[in-house]
Amino acid sequence: MNLGEGVQAVSLVILSAMTIAAAMGVVLIPNIVYSAFLLGGVFISISGLYLLLNADFVAAAQILIYVGAVNVLILFAIMLVNKQEDYQAVKLSLVRKITTALVCIGLFCLLALTVTSTPWLLTPNIAAVPSTLVIIGKHLFTDYLLPFELASVLLLVALVGAIILARREFVPDPVATEFPAAEESLSLLERPREQLVGSSSSEN
Amino acid sequence: MPLEAFLIVAAALFCIGIYGLITSRNAVRVLMSIELMLNAVNINLLAFSNYLDSSNLRGQVFAIFVISIAAAEAAVGLAIVLSIYRSRDTVDMEQFNLLRW
Repeated sequence: MNLGEGVQAVSLVILSAMTIAAAMGVVLIPNIVYSAFLLGGVFISISGLYLLLNADFVAAAQILIYVGAVNVLILFAIMLVNKQEDYQAVKLSLVRKITTALVCIGLFCLLALTVTSTPWLLTPNIAAVPSTLVIIGKHLFTDYLLPFELASVLLLVALVGAIILARREFVPDPVATEFPAAEESLSLLERPREQLVGSSSSEN
Repeated sequence: MPLEAFLIVAAALFCIGIYGLITSRNAVRVLMSIELMLNAVNINLLAFSNYLDSSNLRGQVFAIFVISIAAAEAAVGLAIVLSIYRSRDTVDMEQFNLLRW
């Protein structure tokens, strides 16, 4: 094993440990703000794994899109809905968690067994491409052109749908004759919406 | 061994994502678990693209598509969570039973 392979192996171990540890933190830490920041750590470690897989453009896109857009969006959503509430106890919650953990561990064992027991038809040596960006661009504009355009339409539809779902409905307020009170002018006007009555209390 | 190492990391990430998806009560954390699972799939795609198809890089193109779909999914999902929070005043998954019965 020469120096390059040693560096690769050490980086793989460190990045994998960071990824798994931060992902466990995302799922298990009770404070959701901490888990959102740990999610950013997961994304950055995964982009390091992409660099080990010779995928430089996808690593950059991962950092730009996931850390720059998705993680910030999740943080904004946490700030908007951050309400300290004590969840009502659910029947058999401990049993549920233990069952889920057993199922997940079993699934992981199954996947690991499949991965290690399958003889993969590996190419003998990895071809050194001059630039991954050129090859990806050729793919995107020749044989994957239709999915590329469909993805752009889907992004537009998702944009419009997200705006329609999340916007506030402003009440056209009557013209104020005098200056409103300070706290009234600072408050966001929103049409009062009746709270939907949950059916969980009456049934079950 | 490196291909198996990447695949096992991806499998572990996917299982952690499933655990968080099922057990968490906060709706935002459910969306974060879905992101973890999508990232596990992306690691798989890139590992196979590197070790089995290294001159064509089709897996990287698929990974780019998955990333763009995941961004759209996160935006719409968080908008739905905001909308439900406005009407129900909670983000508890156990109380989101509007369509159940």
